[in-house]
Amino acid sequence: MASGAGDWSSSPIDDYETLISTTDVELLKRAWRNEKASPEILPFQDALVKRAKEQIQLMEETVDEFEESGHDPLIVSLYQMDLDRAQFLLRSYLRVRLQKIEKFMFCIWKNDTYRDRLSEEEKSFIESCIRVIEKHLDETVLSKLPENYRDILKQSAISEEDDMVPEPQLDTFVVANCKRATRPLYLDSNRQSAVFDNRDDYFQMVPGDLCIIRYKPFREELINGNIDLV
Amino acid sequence: MAGQSDPHVSLFSAEEVEFIAEDEMVEIVPNMTIERLNFISGDFGPFLPLTVNQVPLWLAVALKKRGKCAIRPPHWMSVENLTKVLEEERDSQGAFQALPFHYVEISRLLFDHAREDIPDIYLVRSLIEDIRDVRLHKVETSLEKFSGTSAVKIPNLSAMEVNIIRPFVGRALQAFYKHDNPEKIPDIDRVSSGQSRVANSEPPRRPLRR
Repeated sequence: MASGAGDWSSSPIDDYETLISTTDVELLKRAWRNEKASPEILPFQDALVKRAKEQIQLMEETVDEFEESGHDPLIVSLYQMDLDRAQFLLRSYLRVRLQKIEKFMFCIWKNDTYRDRLSEEEKSFIESCIRVIEKHLDETVLSKLPENYRDILKQSAISEEDDMVPEPQLDTFVVANCKRATRPLYLDSNRQSAVFDNRDDYFQMVPGDLCIIRYKPFREELINGNIDLV
Repeated sequence: MAGQSDPHVSLFSAEEVEFIAEDEMVEIVPNMTIERLNFISGDFGPFLPLTVNQVPLWLAVALKKRGKCAIRPPHWMSVENLTKVLEEERDSQGAFQALPFHYVEISRLLFDHAREDIPDIYLVRSLIEDIRDVRLHKVETSLEKFSGTSAVKIPNLSAMEVNIIRPFVGRALQAFYKHDNPEKIPDIDRVSSGQSRVANSEPPRRPLRR
């Protein structure tokens, strides 16, 4: 795919690449990969998921018709495989997001930016999740602790911030592929030089670059679509 | 660092990496007529015998399994190209040779399902394994040379190799970053006493050596 110039690909493949790269399956795959590799929850691809759901439903009906009408079983099995692949991507995308929501429930709920990134269904999921967890922890543990320690968000009544809330670790390192040139980013300190690149203060990716980067400085680039996580 | 939380395996399982690789295009030569296929992932065909078609790898493997086509090995999988790549891999110290991003997965799938379509399959297979070994070894030795950076460029690494080194490199670089920036990571255990003040006035930390 877009892994740089290659002598092994001829021009028919390039045309196909550009054609294929605009299909919903390809976009869903990209969203799925990004979501899996990213430590925080990314904006929900509402339109994409809707379109994908419709196409999958349509295809399911088509396959059922084919089976009933006794269509060539080979063709039916091929359509079924394609359907399975698309379903897997959609399901896995939604599941990865749910996992992240469960993990960082309170953090997402408190933070407006994160909350805006959820879909409607995810919002109602997180509300009921929080209700259930609060109730459970209260009944089993919190009500039995001394007065000052009963809050679910704070360690004790004298804590200044909500320190019982786990936050996504934004300093994790991720591997990213560059699709469009990024802004030059100033990465602090004099520790830029690595084995494969000797840029000094400013780090910039050009299309085709594959890099291991710290997640935090590149959040916007990811959301803008300039880079993709691998 | 040593006792850090769950030593999770890599983000993507090997099967998932293969799944991603299965969308790469390959050429097939069908041996029967197949009508046009309107998949969710794209439209392919119609397929006529003895013509060359471009299809995704998963479709090619499915057709091959049912004996409906022959798969043409991609250009980069020829003995001469691979021998050249192997020599250049061995010669160059830090750089990786240009290979398709999913070369491991593509070659594995073709070996498993399209043996008779690949000329000199044993030679090709041993060449690819040698290339893999040389590259992995190269990655390992160059990992020793990382000295606390915030970003590393690794051109031409492949998907499977990325997946293998991801957990270790990720945690290693994160540890470097954390140790080089102690003031940026809030440390709730730090007791503000005379002890830590003395520690802070020490000379700057020695950079980690190879």
